[in-house]
Amino acid sequence: MSYTMTISPDFKPDLISGWYIFNTWLQKQSDIAIHLNLVNDFSELAQCIDKDSIDLIYANPCDIAKLIREKSFEALVKPVGVHDETVVITHADNPIDTIESLKPSLRVAMTDVPDVNTMGTIMLEPADINSCDIEAIICSNYITVAKKVVAGEADIGFLLADAYNEFSSLVKKQVKPLITSKIDVLHHALLLGPNLQDKKSLLQKCLIMMADDTKGMALLNSMEIEKWEIMEQDEAEFLIDLIDTLSPS
Amino acid sequence: MQDMKIEDLASDNYEEIQLTFFDAKQRNILYTEIETEFPEGSLIVSRTDLNGIITHVNKSFVTMSGFTEEELIGQPQYILRHPFMPHEAFSDLWETVQKKEKWYGYVKNLRKDGGFYWVYATVIPNIRNNKIISYTSVRRKPSAKKIAECIERYPTLF
Ligand SMILES: Cc1cc2nc3c(=O)[nH]c(=O)nc-3n(C[C@H](O)[C@H](O)[C@H](O)COP(=O)(O)O)c2cc1C
Repeated sequence: MSYTMTISPDFKPDLISGWYIFNTWLQKQSDIAIHLNLVNDFSELAQCIDKDSIDLIYANPCDIAKLIREKSFEALVKPVGVHDETVVITHADNPIDTIESLKPSLRVAMTDVPDVNTMGTIMLEPADINSCDIEAIICSNYITVAKKVVAGEADIGFLLADAYNEFSSLVKKQVKPLITSKIDVLHHALLLGPNLQDKKSLLQKCLIMMADDTKGMALLNSMEIEKWEIMEQDEAEFLIDLIDTLSPS
Repeated sequence: MQDMKIEDLASDNYEEIQLTFFDAKQRNILYTEIETEFPEGSLIVSRTDLNGIITHVNKSFVTMSGFTEEELIGQPQYILRHPFMPHEAFSDLWETVQKKEKWYGYVKNLRKDGGFYWVYATVIPNIRNNKIISYTSVRRKPSAKKIAECIERYPTLF
């Protein structure tokens, strides 16, 4: 029997090949047949989750909640030292320098990445701006978000901090960050679906040992992950509770 | 819980008042009018047991409170109780979370040095197998306008 792995669509496109090699590596180490099925966006991912067609997933913090609470997934491992932070940018020439100076009726360029959008929206609260005061301009990726801001089609943009940091200096010169989150607690994790749960300790063992050999290490590097660390179910539950406190009620 | 100490205060200009908490314990509070700004982009997170005793805090919680982590763990969450806050706000908090619902509110918190900081707080019960096992609170930066409203409203609310 073959199982299906997928990756949250918010990972960087240049890491795709790394994930394919990772999949091959994991199959060899665990002797489990796994097919890597990439999705294009979060709505396609949601459909796959609803159809129960995923067995292994590198999930975004917001999807972790649904997968564990509604789909009986279990936490497997998390990347060490990788956090999901959000940046709110505006045009470099915008005289506004602080969130508090923003006014309602904002045009906000954003992707469909839920935790980045949640954090971005929360960071507008000190200016008394909430989700009904903004017009969302949905973009297919972070560079398009920056382009909309540069072109003046959006007043501000929400970006994953990692994505902003990797922009070329040319792009960075044309935008400026108004605020960057420092929350340290949101991160992705590898989760296991109900059909694979009898293989949990085997997979955990393979993943933890990955950083111990040179080939595994090189592979982790290509995925921009330092190493994997066991994620207890309990920790996942508290991560979900935390996201719950941030989601609009 | 220890009373506050004059040598910990950030200013000589302070007021003194005695607070009685829900568990009948009392604390002598020394407080100043010095406000500390909410750390930009951060969330202040803590977890308590069923009795409101602090079990986990994040770095922003520690920094903003003025205490060390060791001084906080094991203490009641009311170590942050500021005399400006109406007691009823907290009865509402406890009633809400014990009903397994989410509570939101603007809270003025007390620092170890007698100063204060405002937060927009969310408190939720951590439910496992249908039972509440603990509570989590996440505080974020409130808007200046909302705080101004609270400063006006809270003293007349109850
Ligand atoms: C998770 C959690 C977080 C809380 N955070 C605060 C806080 O930040 N500041 C505060 O004054 N009370 C907080 N409380 C409420 C206190 O437990 C307490 O009710 C309050 O300080 C008033 O004290 P009293 O109920 O003894 O009058 C929190 C309670 C819970 C369950």
